[in-house]
Amino acid sequence: MPLDRKIGYVDLSTGNIEIKPIPLEIRKKFLGGRGLDAYLLYNHTKKGVDPLGPDNVLLFSGGILTATCASATARTHVMAKSPLTGLLGSANMGGFFAPELAWAGFHHIVIKGKARKPVYLWIHNGEIEIRDAKNIWGRTVTDSQWAIRDELGDEEVKCAVCGPAGENLVRFANVMTGIKNSAGRTGMGCVMGSKNLKALAARGTMDIKIAHPTEALEFNKRFIDQIVSAKVNQTQGTLGTPFIWGATNSWGGIRCRNFQLNQCEYADDIEPERLDEIATETIGPYHMTGCFGCQVHCRAQYRIPSGPYAGRYDEGPEYTSQGAFGGEPDCKNAVTVLTGNHLVDQFGMDNLETGSLISWAMELYELGILTQKETDGLDLRFGNDEALLEMIERICYRKGWLGDTLADGGIPASEKIGKNSFDYLIQVKGMSNLHSDERATPALALGIATGSRGSDHLRSRPAIDLYHLPEEVLRKIYGTPVPYDGPLSSEHTAYEGKPWQVFWQENCYMGVDCLGICKYHTTFLGATLPNFEDWSRVLYYNTGLEMTPREIWDVAERCYNIERLFNLREGLKRDNPKKGDTLNHRYFDEPCKLGAPDVVGRTIDREKFQKMIDEYYEHHGWDSDGVPLPETLKRLGLENEPSHLL
Amino acid sequence: MEPNGKVLYINYEKCTGCRLCELVCSVVHDGVSNPARSRIRVMKWEAEGLYIPMSCQQCQDAPCMNVCPVKAISRDETLERVMVDYDKCIGCRSCVAVCPFGAMSFDTVDKKVFKCDVCDGDPQCVRFCEEKAVDYVDARELGTLKKRDAARRISIAGKEAAVLLAQA
Repeated sequence: MPLDRKIGYVDLSTGNIEIKPIPLEIRKKFLGGRGLDAYLLYNHTKKGVDPLGPDNVLLFSGGILTATCASATARTHVMAKSPLTGLLGSANMGGFFAPELAWAGFHHIVIKGKARKPVYLWIHNGEIEIRDAKNIWGRTVTDSQWAIRDELGDEEVKCAVCGPAGENLVRFANVMTGIKNSAGRTGMGCVMGSKNLKALAARGTMDIKIAHPTEALEFNKRFIDQIVSAKVNQTQGTLGTPFIWGATNSWGGIRCRNFQLNQCEYADDIEPERLDEIATETIGPYHMTGCFGCQVHCRAQYRIPSGPYAGRYDEGPEYTSQGAFGGEPDCKNAVTVLTGNHLVDQFGMDNLETGSLISWAMELYELGILTQKETDGLDLRFGNDEALLEMIERICYRKGWLGDTLADGGIPASEKIGKNSFDYLIQVKGMSNLHSDERATPALALGIATGSRGSDHLRSRPAIDLYHLPEEVLRKIYGTPVPYDGPLSSEHTAYEGKPWQVFWQENCYMGVDCLGICKYHTTFLGATLPNFEDWSRVLYYNTGLEMTPREIWDVAERCYNIERLFNLREGLKRDNPKKGDTLNHRYFDEPCKLGAPDVVGRTIDREKFQKMIDEYYEHHGWDSDGVPLPETLKRLGLENEPSHLL
Repeated sequence: MEPNGKVLYINYEKCTGCRLCELVCSVVHDGVSNPARSRIRVMKWEAEGLYIPMSCQQCQDAPCMNVCPVKAISRDETLERVMVDYDKCIGCRSCVAVCPFGAMSFDTVDKKVFKCDVCDGDPQCVRFCEEKAVDYVDARELGTLKKRDAARRISIAGKEAAVLLAQA
């Protein structure tokens, strides 16, 4: 049964390992995955814990439905206090690691302490062993995984590793699995590095009994039909996420030259069709690949066609690499994007954070805030592809003054660089924004400002807001499983009703993250895709757990509130520009210069933005400082947290 | 019943490596999710992005059938498949050792050999594979399908060569 999967507690300081079952009442309250991780993090860390110290707790998990007959249950979640933001660290990746962890008998691994020398965890059919990693330390992301397989003599072993960036304590280092799947935000790989933990290696052949196999299979078939019939997923399955960058760029919704422009002009060479052409030329007509059990297959395969890394195999690029190494630094060459993508994949470093910080440094360089003295002679102007690729390597290995400075993350870097460099840093809560520009879309702006892990598009983005869906359709989506009769607007430039949409999406994304399902299989990019009602059935068929859609919504809200409690405990304040629910001043002060008529000239209205925040807090049952009210905690059963039940 | 003459046709180029076939196979046959119990397995060379699903070829002159000391393995001509009679099987695993495709496996929990039974003529791996990297086709058409694919490739290569020649 999925419900008999265990929690493994590992203390790297003492070598102590403990394995416990997950009680049913805990399952009903938090389900699993990100939600249960949030409970464990809040309960196992103390206020002000040093993110890079032995007392920080690092959590790996699959969702409650991982590896069951629900579509795309491939996601691995990783959580700890973030060394990048000092707040909640949380990242999620696809691939094949979480299913293997589940077949090995586990849903959650809780890692405490710090190993004296590099180690890795060998998780195999109900057992956990701490093993020496001296032959693996120092290796790249893929080399580490192949070396572990060689050592264990099993090609089917699946690993979650940190690369050189994690070892070098780059504050935004990834946890990675396979070629490119990355738990790539908030520096979870850096926490691995700080604990001398190189990898988790999993391999399992334990049955996961499906509660109602025939119903689960048939429902899954229906699910898959629904998912692959959505046009947006068909496009994802052909062009991958780059199609989103292409579409938003033509409209004027992406960042170019850090934040100077909202459209990257004459970018034919990095358009999705061009990237697809390279994949076809270097791999063949069938070059899309997917995560466990997923029929969307949104990931391209490619070989770098030319340059110093010509012939190297990689996967992607996702639109994050296209934005981070193409649009933002204004380097409009496919080979640069593909090479940059390959470098961060090998180093195990967040592409999005890396590209954003380099683009920020480029703007500072052009403004004269940074000079060739700080860049160690590098001509760091926009559009200098060689300088961009050089900086990626310098950050990973902390080479030169600027490489070392940027490796500490945006806010510490801005404090070291000084002058007014912070004003140009496009971040929320210390984490860089995606390559998208939200000035024409208040709903999306509110989403990144309030996301529990800092600026982020995967926490609460109501992406379907851009489709101008009729109000009755919006009411149908946003009016279940809890009734809502407040304002809703089909207009993406409006402020009305957006706080509810953000609140709803938060719970929706928390829901999939607890179940272990990919966001492409819910109401994210496709308005017709499954959510709470379908989850209630899929949960029952696979696990036997009977929960109403409303009860799943309550779990999501409960878990989101725990994340909020954690952030408040670690210093989140509503209007704090470095640790608050805020946006960079440029969102309010600098109008969009390019793009479609509904974009040009747009800014976010300060007053209306604050009103949205107020309204968003009200929907949550939080006070005007964003602190959950006692009655809210009571309603969600959180009044006794931390409750130390597990 | 007339022989349906259909066989599992694996076109590995189309495989995205998602392993849904493995999940579906173990759920259909054993009610559990466990690739170790799946009759079809996707072999991977991740460093080069190569994924190849492997399953029973339902051989005409099947080595597993020939090697079986108790004649527990026989051909079912109606469904063009090779079947194991568990009343006769002694679990010696000779068939596992001899199969050139690794298609016969041994279940360490139930202590018995197992192989693809084409789900009695409606293979569920095929039903769930949207890419049709695994397909169930008329054996007589197999060659024609391969010919069409090859002919298409030759035609594309010819056109590309003409373009290169024109550019030279």
